[in-house]
Amino acid sequence: MAVVKEIRTKIHSIKSTQKITRAMEMVAASKMRKAQDRMHRAVPYAKKILDVISRLAKSHTEYQHPFLETREIKRVGFIIVTSDRGLCGGLNTNLLKRTIREIKEWKEKGAEISLCLVGTKAESFFKRMGGNVLGHISHLGDAPTVDVLVGVVKVMLDAYLHQRIDALFLCSNEFINTMRQEPRVQQVLPLVPSEEEKVQHYWDYLYEPDNAKVLLDKLLRRYIESQVYRGVIENIACEQAARMLAMKNATDNAAEFIESLELVYHKVRQSAITRELSEIVAGASVV
Amino acid sequence: MSSVTLRLDIVSAEKAIFSGEAEMVFITGELGELGIAPGHAPLLTSIKPGNVRATLPNHHEEIFYVSGGMLEVQPFIVTVLADTIVRAADIDEAAAEAAKERAEKMLSEKTSEIDIARATAELAEAVAQIRAVKQLKKKIK
Repeated sequence: MAVVKEIRTKIHSIKSTQKITRAMEMVAASKMRKAQDRMHRAVPYAKKILDVISRLAKSHTEYQHPFLETREIKRVGFIIVTSDRGLCGGLNTNLLKRTIREIKEWKEKGAEISLCLVGTKAESFFKRMGGNVLGHISHLGDAPTVDVLVGVVKVMLDAYLHQRIDALFLCSNEFINTMRQEPRVQQVLPLVPSEEEKVQHYWDYLYEPDNAKVLLDKLLRRYIESQVYRGVIENIACEQAARMLAMKNATDNAAEFIESLELVYHKVRQSAITRELSEIVAGASVV
Repeated sequence: MSSVTLRLDIVSAEKAIFSGEAEMVFITGELGELGIAPGHAPLLTSIKPGNVRATLPNHHEEIFYVSGGMLEVQPFIVTVLADTIVRAADIDEAAAEAAKERAEKMLSEKTSEIDIARATAELAEAVAQIRAVKQLKKKIK
C-alpha cells in the first residue's frame, strides 16, 4: 500500500506546482498587455523629438554636436538590458549570448569595452564574466519611469563626451510577437541622422535662450534617454511574454506528468486489489 | 471669436498627455511667460516647471502641469515635450554618480550641495503645483 500512497502524494505536489505555474502564466499575460501598452505610448515622444532634432541639425549644418559626429571607434560602450527575474525561458541567456558575440567581434578589432548593466541578470552574469562596468541599475519593477534611467544613461553619455567610448550600443530584446522575442543590438551613439534630403524651403526657429547648441544638446540627451527607456520597456514586455510561454509549457508538462502518474496509480491500485482477492480466494479454498 | 486654431500636442516619454486643437496656449518658457496664438513664429525653447494653459475651441480652458521640458512652436503646431520629473544638471549628475557607485558596489554619500539643489527643484515644483490647483479651484467656483 505504501507505493499507492507515495504516488498519490506525488500527484498532489505536482498539482499544486501546476496551480502556481498556471497563475504565473495568467499574471504574465496581463502584465505583458500593460507593458505593450506602455511601449506604444512611448512612441509619439520619440517621434516628435526626432523630428525636432533633424530639423535643428539641418538648419545648423555648420555646428556638429559630438553626439552626431562619427569618429574612429577604438572604445565601445554597451548598455545591456536584462530582466530582474528568471523563469522566463531563454530570454536573458539568448540576449547575453548575442551580446558576448558582439563584444568578441569588437575585441578582435582591438576595441576596449565598457559596460552599463540594467537588471539583476546582467549583474550576476558580468560578476562572473568580469568587465569594465561603468554604471548599473536593477530592481526597476514593471513600470519604470524615465527618471530612474537618467543616471545610467548619463554615465555613458559622459563617457562618450570625454572620449572614453567612441560608440554606444543598446542590447535589449525586441518584441516581435507574443511567441517570438529576439535579441537586438542597436547603435545609440553616434546618432545616425535619417537620410531624407528633402529640399524644403529654408526656415529656422527663434531660440530662447538664444543658443541653439544648448537646446540641441538637451534634446539629444532626452532623445537618447527615451531610446533607452523604450528598450527597457520593450524588454519588460518581452520578459512577460517569454514567462507566459515558459509557464504555459510548464503547466502543460505538469498535466502530462499527472496523467501518466495517474495511470500508474490506477495500475498499482488495481493489482493490489487483484492480489488481495486472489489471497482471499486461496484462503477460502483451503478451508 | 476666430475659428483659427492650432494643433497642440503635449507628450512625455511615458505617454501622450494631450492632443487636440486649441485657440491659444500659455506656457512658462525659460525666459518668461509665453502666449501662443495661431500663426506664431517658429520657436524653440526649454520650459520651466509650471502650467500649460490651453484655450480650447469650445472656450473651455485646460490646465496641465509639466515639470519642465522643451517647447516647439510652428505656425499652427505647438508641441510640448514634457519631462515628468524636475530635471537639473546637479540632480542628473547625482543620478549618474549613484549609477556609478552602484556599479562600484559602494554605499553612496550624498553631498549637501546636491541635496540643496534637489530641495530647490522640489520646492519650485511644489509651488507650481499649488498654483495649478489654485487656478483649477478658481475655475470650479
